Amino acid sequence: MNNLRVGIVVFPGSNCDRDVAWALKGCLGIEYKFVWHESSDLNGLDAIVLPGGFSYGDYLRCGAIARFSKLINSLKDFVNSGRKVIGICNGFQILTESGFLDGALISNKNLNFICNDVDLKITSSKGNWFDSESASKIINLPIAHGEGRYYCDDNTFKKLVDNDLIAMKYINNPNGSSWDIAGILNIKGNVLGLMPHPERACDKRIGGTDGKFILEALLKT
Amino acid sequence: MTEFKVQVSIRLRPSVLDPAGEAIKSAANKLGVNKINSLRIGKLIDIQLEADEEKEAIQKVELLCDRLFANKVIENFDYSFEKVDE
Repeated sequence: MNNLRVGIVVFPGSNCDRDVAWALKGCLGIEYKFVWHESSDLNGLDAIVLPGGFSYGDYLRCGAIARFSKLINSLKDFVNSGRKVIGICNGFQILTESGFLDGALISNKNLNFICNDVDLKITSSKGNWFDSESASKIINLPIAHGEGRYYCDDNTFKKLVDNDLIAMKYINNPNGSSWDIAGILNIKGNVLGLMPHPERACDKRIGGTDGKFILEALLKT
Repeated sequence: MTEFKVQVSIRLRPSVLDPAGEAIKSAANKLGVNKINSLRIGKLIDIQLEADEEKEAIQKVELLCDRLFANKVIENFDYSFEKVDE
């Protein structure tokens, strides 16, 4: 497992890239490599993290400009190969904007930037992202976003439900997300997007370890 | 080549809640302007572009709106354009 390597994408404006690196290497012993957004070389990577932040200043819409980066263009083949991709916060926004995941993320209902710990219920076992033990319990992860209200129409919601693609839901919906959705999967199950930050919950000393298994799952097939 | 002036409007779809619009509506009431039934915020993009003919200009604008300016999951767009006199 030590030879497996996770690519952490760095966009101009990413600010959780180093947090993810710390969580992967420092807490989980997983090797990582930063990948600049202008790179299209994803060789040697076993999984990819699109970290949080404000890529390209979040101009126009969050994630709208990142979608046109070289890296995102080459992500399609990577995803088709079945390797795992996780988009956290801004990374989730990028995945919806670029069509890897359904729906969209828009301004929180109360217009506040919410920085808080939230309780979440794991609602899908698809893609082996969550261990069976956590599937039945409530986990607690930090959120930090102004535009994290997940939105999709009824048809998309039906598709998500019918295919078991809703990865996690908020227990107390903080931002007005449709159907309390906090994270979703693609049809194949190898792409996960979520607003909460698992990388900020990998060490007991900073408040919890519920994020560990999600990052560890990057290397589980 | 002809130059065209294009004005693109992007609006949230009616089904999408616009909390910022609601906040402004509430401020409008405080200003003393009542009976506002709906207030929603959109985006306006002004472009000047060149094309051989009107058809090509439309194609360019459609592509921009469809792929970049609007996210059709949450937004609708429309546009108007005029030829710039030389």
